[in-house]
Amino acid sequence: MSFLYKSTFSGKIKVGVTGMSNIAVSERQKKEYAQTVKQVKPKPRLWRNVFWAFVTGGLICLAGQVILGFFRTQGLEVNAAGAATSATLVFLAAFLTGIGIYDEISRFGGAGGIVPITGFANSMVSPAMEYRSEGMVFGVGAKLFTIAGPVLVWGIVTAWVAGVLYYFFR
Amino acid sequence: MEFIRAFVVGGTLCVIGQLLMDLTSHKFTPAHVLVTFVSVGAIISAFGLYQPLVDFAGAGATVPLSGFGHILAQGAINGVKQNGLLGAFSGGVAAAAAGITAAVVFGYMAALTFKPRS
Repeated sequence: MSFLYKSTFSGKIKVGVTGMSNIAVSERQKKEYAQTVKQVKPKPRLWRNVFWAFVTGGLICLAGQVILGFFRTQGLEVNAAGAATSATLVFLAAFLTGIGIYDEISRFGGAGGIVPITGFANSMVSPAMEYRSEGMVFGVGAKLFTIAGPVLVWGIVTAWVAGVLYYFFR
Repeated sequence: MEFIRAFVVGGTLCVIGQLLMDLTSHKFTPAHVLVTFVSVGAIISAFGLYQPLVDFAGAGATVPLSGFGHILAQGAINGVKQNGLLGAFSGGVAAAAAGITAAVVFGYMAALTFKPRS
């Protein structure tokens, strides 16, 4: 991007030196510059991130659907099959985090690796593993909940409010 | 067909998370994304709007963390139906117990078993 900054800067200098005729050029350059920045700067990365988040998240959910289907054929009713699917995905994510593969998935898939429940499991294992040297209580025990803690707090409080409101206003 | 629906809906929910992070210049961290999904999922679920998405997309709606919020909220509401106000305290976590316990147990075991690379 640095060449764009340079070109506007030189435009401004010219205005001071050679007079009015270049002001129009400078204004136009500024507009073009602003447009170019708008077009060039954030979009490619944004669209690339969005695309890979879609593919990564979609594939994890697709894997979930396959596992869900398997548990359904084993005769589990729909809620039990869902719970078993969550547990299975959490196990796989914890394992993949342990051997260092899941971090690659999130680095590459962005929110696609964060939003699914596998990302929740990853957010528990990753810091717990890293801070193991601080001991079993304040290392592993506490760091498991660095991100899971806030998630549980917000989830449980919101659900509690929903239940209480349902009680009074059903 | 159910696999395509799971892929598309799950992928779309993740795109929302990606936009939350990228459009706020990453002031929205992964933790914020997860918290937002669980709470918004619970709220949408309380209005009865998440279950149709689950019926349509299956794991595409239950695997993203908004599905975790859905389970918590439905648990709390069903708890109220069965046990009155006490159910708001017991129902949510009870419904999500398998996921929470799996995350704690497997997470703990993985953190003990593996060494961080780097």
